[in-house]
Formats: sequence, C-alpha cells, structure tokens
Amino acid sequence: MELLTPGSGLIIWQAIIFFPLVVLLYFLAWKPILASLKERETSITEALNTAEQARLEIATLKSDNEKLLKLAREERDKMLKDARDAVNRMKDEAAADAKKTADRIIEDARQAINIEKQAAMKDVRTQVAMFSLEVAEKLMKKNLSSDKAQKDLVDGYIKELKLN
Amino acid sequence: MSVFFDKIKVFSKLLLVVLFLGLSQASFAAESNDSTKAFNASEVILHHVLDDHIWHFFDGHYGTLYLPVIVYSAERGLESFSSHNFYDEHHNIVEYNGYKLDHNHIYLADSGKSVLDLSITKNVAMLFINATLMILILSAVARGYKKNAGKAPKGIQAFIEPIIVFVRDEVVKPNIGPKYEKYLPYLLTLFFFILFGNLLGLLPGAANLTGNIAVTAVLAIGTFVITNVSGNKGYWGHIFWTPGVPLPLRLVILPVEILGIITKPISLTIRLFVAITAGHIVLLSLICLAFVFGSAYVGIGSSLIVMFINLIELLVAGIQAYVFTLFSSLYIGMAVAEHAHDDHH
Repeated sequence: MELLTPGSGLIIWQAIIFFPLVVLLYFLAWKPILASLKERETSITEALNTAEQARLEIATLKSDNEKLLKLAREERDKMLKDARDAVNRMKDEAAADAKKTADRIIEDARQAINIEKQAAMKDVRTQVAMFSLEVAEKLMKKNLSSDKAQKDLVDGYIKELKLN
Repeated sequence: MSVFFDKIKVFSKLLLVVLFLGLSQASFAAESNDSTKAFNASEVILHHVLDDHIWHFFDGHYGTLYLPVIVYSAERGLESFSSHNFYDEHHNIVEYNGYKLDHNHIYLADSGKSVLDLSITKNVAMLFINATLMILILSAVARGYKKNAGKAPKGIQAFIEPIIVFVRDEVVKPNIGPKYEKYLPYLLTLFFFILFGNLLGLLPGAANLTGNIAVTAVLAIGTFVITNVSGNKGYWGHIFWTPGVPLPLRLVILPVEILGIITKPISLTIRLFVAITAGHIVLLSLICLAFVFGSAYVGIGSSLIVMFINLIELLVAGIQAYVFTLFSSLYIGMAVAEHAHDDHH
C-alpha cells in the first residue's frame, strides 16, 4: 500500500531539510534563546539570593539595634539608679550631718544651760545664804537683845543635848 | 496563562473559519466529481492523505499548483520539468519525454524502470513551508530575547517561551539527566518541527507532512543515530551482556535487546504517522459523509462533529509532538545514563 511505503525522494528531502534545520536553528534560535533563558534564570536566582541575604542582614541589623537599645536602656536604668542612690546617699549624709550638728548644738546648749544653771544655783545658794545670814542676824539682833531670851536659847540647846 | 488561552481561542476561531472554507471547497470539488463519475470517498481521502506531484486546492483552471518534477536515472541523468507535462487539458495522465507517471511514481516509459524521484512534491513543498515558518518564527523569538534583554518576554516570544521551557524542563531534563544540554537543540527542533507540521497539516488544502511515513522515519532515524552514537559503556553492556541475569537467560535476552534497538525508531515512526494520518482520515471521512449521503442535513451534522474532531486534532498535534520528543529523550537518556546499580549485583 502506498500509504506505508516511504517515498525515497521525500526521505532525501526530509533529511536534507531537517538535519541542516537543526544546525541552522541551533545558531539562529536555540543558542541565543537558551542562553537568555539561562541568564534570566540565574539572574532571578541571584536576585532571590540577594533578597534573602538582605533580609538576613536586616534581621541581624534589627537584632543588633535591639541589643544596642537594650544596652542603652540598661545603661540609662543604671545611671538613673546610680543617680537615685547618690541622691539618697547625699540626702542621708545631709540628714546625718544635720542631726550631728543639731545634736552638737543641743549638747552645747545643754552644757551651757548646765553651766548657767550651776552658776545660777551657786548664785542662788550664795544669795540664800546671804539672806539667811541677814535674817538670822536680824532675828538674833531682835531676840537676843534681852537676857532672858539668851538664857532660854541656851536652855533649849542644853535640852536638846540631854535628849541625845 | 490566560493570555495563552486567549491566543488558543483566537486560533481555534480562525481554524473554524478556515475549516468552513475548506468544507465549501470540498463540496465544490465533490459536486464537480458527481457530474463526471460516482463519488468515491476512499479515493478522495487517500488522495488528500498521500503525497502528490501536484498541489490541488480546488477544481478549475487556477485550482492546481503544478510542482516541479526532478528525476534522476542512470540512463537519463538528472532532469527537471513541470508536473504539468504529465497532464493533458482534460486532466488525464499522459507520458512525457519518456517518463511515465503511475500512482505518483515515475517510471521510464520504455523500460518501465523506476527512477529516483527528487521532485518537489506536495509534501516537500510543505516541508519547505514548515522549515521556513520555523526559521521565521523561532528567529523572531530569538530576536525578542535580544530586544527585551533582561525584561519580561513579549509577543510571539511570550507565546513560544513557555513551550521551550516546557520541553526543556518537563521533557528533556528529567529524561536525559545532567547531560541534557547537548541534546536540547535537536529535541527542540524535533518538537517544533512536528508541532508545526501537525498544525499546518490541519489547515484545509495543506499537505499531510507529519502523517507521511517517510518524514516520520527520517525523524526517528535522527533519534536512532543520536541514541546509538551517544550510547555509553553501560548502555551497550546492558544490551550485549545484561548484568545480574543468569548466563542462559543472557543468551535469550541478547537478541531481544538487539531487536529493541531497532523497534524503538520503528515505534516512533509508526506512532506519529498513524496518529496524524488517522486523524486526517477521520476528519475527511466525516466530511465525505455529506457527499456519500448527498444530504445537506448530514453535512451540517458532520460539520459539527468535524469541528469537535478538529479541536481534538489540535490537541493530538501537541500531544504527538510531545510524545515523539518524550520518547526520543527517553531513548537518549537510556543511552547516556550512568548505571550506578552495576556493582550491587
């Protein structure tokens, strides 16, 4: 059957056309097309890799930033705490100083008062003694002006002595 | 992807229009046939499917393209003349210059010896058209890459690129393995040759190029040669001394394997030839139904069926190009594969 018997002419033509066509298309089409496709694919892969790298870098930067921020915050806290401590300490010191001064002043005052008091007491005592003496003198002058009074006094003393 | 489907839609619409044009031509042809002799469907179908020295588009004075005849014989040497010389004014075949045309074969009239027929037949002309189209379209695609370097593909480049990438990534790469790049130009050319040939063959009036056994045989021989030339030690080892098989069995396997070398290209040849030719025969048979019954209603019915079969044929055009390329890469892949399992037997 004619359908199944390959025509020799067509075989030759097909071979003459097809195989050079492969070579021709290799240079005309496949080489540039496949090269461009490959180039595009590598560029896409590279772009993706770069993007991924950038993402990683940003992530590290971010974590670095966070670390720095955390450090800064810590430092700030420490400084604040130090300041607060210093203030407290100064306050305490000032209070202690003030107390000491006050104490000293009070002590001084107390001593002064004591001295004054003693001096006053001494004065009072002297004054009282003086007054007593004056009173006694005046009394004695008045009472012992008569002999009888003198005799009574002596008797009184003697009586007291006897009782002992 | 939607762009692709739009293009397919436009293409199928175009095809429909062309198909109806073709139908009207066929009816025209059949009418004139009816006036002279009874309608012979199988003759019409075979005439459309087979190769010819003339390219018949429609009946009438300008409907036939007389292609050049080139013949070579030891007696007469190389000669060329128009195939018009084989036909008289009533379209009957006559002898010319000592050559005789019989069932599309040319013989020497006196001795009856057949000559080497290098004529530009219908299929050879179709082959030229196919190759020219491939060069034009694919070089346009290549130019697109130069023009849109580093940018997204545009126009025809965007249409063809997915096909190229599909052939590379889904057909060639997985079947051949790491050495695929060397075979890619051949397999891509193969794929597009068959695809273009199949699609062009579906046009009304076009020749049945990829449904011709000579064409498919040459394509298969290409794959056969590449497979066996690039066959490595493992490939030949498997054929001649299959490892891991008992000695007596090896002697049985040897002829089977040698047969296998030959059957691979034969199966390639016949698969493509049959798939395309059968499709054409189905289409033409359905169209012929109208003329067999001589009824317009049958014509409408069969046209509707033809429409759907044509869509299926479009699918088959792609599938057959894919299958031929797939099997070619599979065979090449088998020949170049590194047989790592040789040691553990």
